[in-house]
Amino acid sequence: MQVQVLSARFDIPDAHKIEVAKENGAYSTLEKVFSMQPEEVIELVKSSGLRGRGGAGFPTGLKWSFLPKDIDKPVYLAVNSDESEPATFKDRYILVKDPHMLIEGIIICCYAIKSNAAYIYIRGEYTTQVKALQAAIDEAYEAGYLGDTINGRDYKLDITVHRGAGAYVCGEETALLESIEGKKGQPRSKPPFPAVEGLYGCPTIINNVQSIASLPFILTNGADAYKAYGTEKSPGTHLFGISGLVNKPGMYELPLGLPILEVIEKVAGGVRDGHKLKGIIPGGSSTPVILPDEAEDLTLDYESMAAHKTMFGSGGIVVLDDTVDMVKLVENLIYFYHHESCGQCTPCREGLGWMLKIVKKIIRGEGEVADIDLLLELCDNIEMKTVCVLSAACTMSTRSYLNKFRHEFEAYVNGGASTQTAM
Amino acid sequence: MSDRSQLIETGKPFAFDEQRDAEFERLATRYPTRDSLILPSLWLVQEQEGWISAEAMAYIADRIGCFATQVYEAATFYTMYNLQPKGEYHICVCRTLSCYLLGKQEIVDYLQSELGIKPGEVSTDGKYSLEEVECLGHCGSAPVVQINGEFYEYMNVDKLKELLATMN
Ligand SMILES: Cc1cc2nc3c(=O)[nH]c(=O)nc-3n(C[C@H](O)[C@H](O)[C@H](O)COP(=O)(O)O)c2cc1C
Ligand code: SF4
Ligand code: FES
Repeated sequence: MQVQVLSARFDIPDAHKIEVAKENGAYSTLEKVFSMQPEEVIELVKSSGLRGRGGAGFPTGLKWSFLPKDIDKPVYLAVNSDESEPATFKDRYILVKDPHMLIEGIIICCYAIKSNAAYIYIRGEYTTQVKALQAAIDEAYEAGYLGDTINGRDYKLDITVHRGAGAYVCGEETALLESIEGKKGQPRSKPPFPAVEGLYGCPTIINNVQSIASLPFILTNGADAYKAYGTEKSPGTHLFGISGLVNKPGMYELPLGLPILEVIEKVAGGVRDGHKLKGIIPGGSSTPVILPDEAEDLTLDYESMAAHKTMFGSGGIVVLDDTVDMVKLVENLIYFYHHESCGQCTPCREGLGWMLKIVKKIIRGEGEVADIDLLLELCDNIEMKTVCVLSAACTMSTRSYLNKFRHEFEAYVNGGASTQTAM
Repeated sequence: MSDRSQLIETGKPFAFDEQRDAEFERLATRYPTRDSLILPSLWLVQEQEGWISAEAMAYIADRIGCFATQVYEAATFYTMYNLQPKGEYHICVCRTLSCYLLGKQEIVDYLQSELGIKPGEVSTDGKYSLEEVECLGHCGSAPVVQINGEFYEYMNVDKLKELLATMN
């Protein structure tokens, strides 16, 4: 089931070094890219069907085409390497194992959107990873792939790495821009959208690391080669991170569209020995949980996820087995979102804290059935009434546990819940 | 959000050392506004000193030419900026989803009893500090601990014992 498109060089020793990466094809598509018009590059990316890998799945080429025409301001690219959504750990492999694929992708994107400056926003916790990335960028400057001329062509491009410092919300694209500008990571109200008014008030494209790293393959091999993987509406491959209570957790590159149960079984070795599947978080902590029987016909693509009232998200699949206490899991998740709220919207700042208090009360055995309904009501009242969707990330997932595992919440309320912690 | 409003004064002036000074000047050419230097400068201070004092914040504001409140605002918002000295070994345990499922609590409990400190505290000899942090992006090899920036994966109590032994 596994494929090697983005991960083609991951197993080659020292592929993070420029000589080795080049021997294995890195930067070889630039000649071709520069022979095309920027608009042609955008068209090619559009026709590849590549969708943003940061979570929302927005078509990448289409996003680029929203940039205003005939602009007299600089255009910026911000590469989102914040990777902080719980259960997401895919971009890290690109940064460490094949950073030159990302740099080549940045050159392709910047050429297409006519930008001379890209910022890579990397989460502060990625200490060793940022060193690997910076070393690769330094090599690329030295080799003439970055700087005042690129690959011998009269085109200037600088890449600057900007480190975050421990704020999940900075993965939200406008908070990320604020953070590059030296401010608190508080999301901006939209519109204006970043493509019109982004970094330093200039048109800006924000893309996930994996989206950008997919470009060299597409430009080298063409849109059809990319579309040969995946489904019609969700083409290509994805680096899936499988974690939780499964025999072989890890990062696996797969084409989109595979049945999720088969992937868990065959690729990730199945649920921990001696245990039964209880639920699946399909795409990072914010995506609504799926029950085993709902998963029967669920496939790993944007459309199937939407049809099952959940989301593809960031490709971070978490396997939950029959030992998991769903109420305590929800407490863990709400704690996260409450802790990471940037604080500017009252429903998020106060509401998530309130939800956390109620869940704690239920766990202490002091809750009532009305508290479960109050939680549901709070979800409705918080969702979509805030500047960004961090609060919705919390309420959409919480609601799914409340609805699908209501009996576990009721058991606590009725004093019958196990006091065992999930192990 | 947590309360990070306490600044500590050392009573001594702060300045970048030569290496950080050069890095600051290099970065200054990379951004169209000087305010963008606030986060990178805070990192430079932390690399140099291990934490960020009130004097260091004033120094940054001065070097950048921005208001001191802007530096203060960033330093207090972003949780990785240490506003007080940490232990010689700063131990962060991931408390989130996948690490939670795979037994992070056992690791926290063991460290608490072994080091005699709770998350958020520094041992009296200044050797260890312990913190529970959110997802560290290594969920496939949970549970995960980060010590002075280095990642330790698939952690368990036995491995921790070995690790602590190397810190003596
Ligand atoms: C609270 C929050 C956190 C986010 N975190 C990330 C992240 O860590 N990495 C990422 O690429 N996108 C993240 N996103 C999505 C970005 O806002 C944005 O949609 C994405 O970077 C666009 O890139 P793409 O079109 O290539 O997917 C987050 C969104 C929200 C609301
Ligand atoms: S929803 Fe929460 S995180 Fe998003 S802007 Fe409002 S307070 Fe900040
Ligand atoms: S949940 Fe612990 S590293 Fe992601």
